[in-house]
Amino acid sequence: MIDLTTLEGMDTAGKVRSLCAKARHPDPTDPTCPQVAAICVYPDMVPLVVAELKGTGIHTASVASGFPSGRTSLDIKLEDTRNAVAAGADEVDMVIDRGAFLSGDYLLVYEQIAAIKAAAGKAHLKVILETGELVTYDNVRRASWLAMLAGGDFIKTSTGKVAPAATLPVTMVMLEAVRDFRVATGRQVGVKPAGGIRTSKDAIRYLVTVNETAGPDWLDPDWFRFGASSLLNDLLLQRQRMATGHYSGPDYVTVD
Amino acid sequence: MSDRLAVRKTYKLYVGGKFPRSESGRSYVVTDHKGRFAGNAALGSRKDARDAVLAARKAVAGWSGATAYNRGQVLYRVAEIAEGRRAQFVEDVVTAEGVSRSKAESTVDAAIDRWVWYAGWTDKIGQIVGGANPVAGPFFNLSTPEPTGVVGILAPQSSSLLGLVSVLAPAIATGNTVVLVASESRPLPAITLAEVLATSDVPGGVVNILTGRTAEIAPWLASHADVNALDLTGVAEELAVSLEVSAADTLKRVWRRTAAEPDWTEEPGIDRLTTYLETKTVWHPIGV
Repeated sequence: MIDLTTLEGMDTAGKVRSLCAKARHPDPTDPTCPQVAAICVYPDMVPLVVAELKGTGIHTASVASGFPSGRTSLDIKLEDTRNAVAAGADEVDMVIDRGAFLSGDYLLVYEQIAAIKAAAGKAHLKVILETGELVTYDNVRRASWLAMLAGGDFIKTSTGKVAPAATLPVTMVMLEAVRDFRVATGRQVGVKPAGGIRTSKDAIRYLVTVNETAGPDWLDPDWFRFGASSLLNDLLLQRQRMATGHYSGPDYVTVD
Repeated sequence: MSDRLAVRKTYKLYVGGKFPRSESGRSYVVTDHKGRFAGNAALGSRKDARDAVLAARKAVAGWSGATAYNRGQVLYRVAEIAEGRRAQFVEDVVTAEGVSRSKAESTVDAAIDRWVWYAGWTDKIGQIVGGANPVAGPFFNLSTPEPTGVVGILAPQSSSLLGLVSVLAPAIATGNTVVLVASESRPLPAITLAEVLATSDVPGGVVNILTGRTAEIAPWLASHADVNALDLTGVAEELAVSLEVSAADTLKRVWRRTAAEPDWTEEPGIDRLTTYLETKTVWHPIGV
C-alpha cells in the first residue's frame, strides 16, 4: 500500500535505481517481504523506472502538471501529462490550481482536472489537493468532490512540499467524501495521504480510519495508498523486531 | 499562620533532554538506607528504553561532531553546575547510601572532581590512543579514535553518585551518547544529576537516565540493534552472561562486570574512555 517517492531537485539516475531496487525487495534479507505499490518520480525519471520495474507489477507514477506549485499554463500542464504517459507512467499525480480554488474559480479547477484526465488517457489520475494550503475542512471536502466529479481516480492530500502535509482529520474528511461519492454515483475513488506519516503506529491509525470511515472496500492498494518513504523503513524495523524478538535499528535498513 | 504544605517532588525519567514519566505510568517506592520512604521514582519500561535509545541516536551526530575542546567545556560546565547543587547531592547521598555527612561530602567532592578530570581528557585522548603510524610506502598513515555510538550503561548499584559519574562521564567525554539505567534501589542521586545535566549545556539526548528494575530493562538494551556498546557494571551476576550473549548477537562492545563493585575513589585510568572508541585509520598518499 506504500508509494515510494523521490521528488527532489537533486534526484539522480543512481538514486532512482536504488529506490527501484528497494521497491522490489524492501528487505533483501527477507524474501517474504511484500513489494511496494508504486514508485513516484518526476517525469524525466519515468523511462528509467519503467525499465527497472519491468515485470514486477509495481506501478510507475509520475508527477505532472507543474508539480508542486501547479503554476503553469494549461498547455504546459497537458504537455507535461502527455509526456509522462508517453514515457510509460501508468499513474499520473497532478496538482490542482490552489490559487484558482481559493479565489472561488471552481469551474476553472474542474476544467483543468478534466482536461488533464483526458490527456492522461488510460493512466490512473491522482489529484493532489495540497490540503495544507486549503485552510478549512470545508474546502478539502469541496476540492475532493470537485476532483472526483472531474474524473480523478484518486484524491491525494499533499505534494510533500508544504507543511502540514497529510493529517488524520483531513484524511478522514477525504474518506467521507469518497464514501459519499460512491453512494451518490456508484463510482469508487481512491485516497492517498502523503507526507508526514513516518511510523507504523501512524499507519495503523490511518488504516483504522479507512476501515471505520470508508469501509473495508478501501483497504486495498488499488483504493488506498500511503505516500510515505520513511514509513517503509519503520515498517521494516518493525518486521525485524517481530522476526528477531529484539529492537532493530536504522543501521539495518537502507537509508534513503 | 498555618504550616506550609510540603512541596513533594515527583522523580521522573530523563529522556531526550526532557523529564517524562514512564510511558507505562508505573512508579515504585524508593526508601532510604533504613527502609523509610524517600520518594517515588518512575518504574521505567522497555518502551522507555527504546525511546531513550531513539533520543540517544538522534544526539550522536551533534555530540560526536562537536569539537573535543567544546565537549571538554561542556563537561566542565557540568562540574560547575553540580558544585552549585552540592548541598542537595550531599543530602541525596546520605539518604541513599546511609553514610555519614562528612563521608557524603567527600563523595560529592570526588564526583564533581571526576567531571573535571574527564573534561580534561576530551581533547587529549586522541593523542594517547591515536597517532601517525610508520608504514612502508609513500603514505601518511594516521589513526584517530572515533566514538562507538550509543552506549547502554547499567550503573553501579551501591555507589549511587560517584560510581554513577565514573561510568557516565568517560562514555560521553569521547563523543558517545548514553542510555543509563540508574541504581535500582538508590536512583535519586541520578535524577538530581539529570537535573544538573539538563541545565549545563549538555545537548538533550546525549545522556538519558532511566530508573526502574535493572533486570527488566537490561535485556532490551542488550539486544537492541541500535545500541553499540554495553556497560554491565551494575547487573547481577546471574544476568551478566545472558546479557553478554545478546550483546554479542548485535556486535556490541561490552564492559564486563567485576565480582565486587570497584573502589570508585581510586584514580580511574583511561580504560573506560578507550572501551567506547573505535579506531579510524586513514592512508593519505604523499606523492613520490
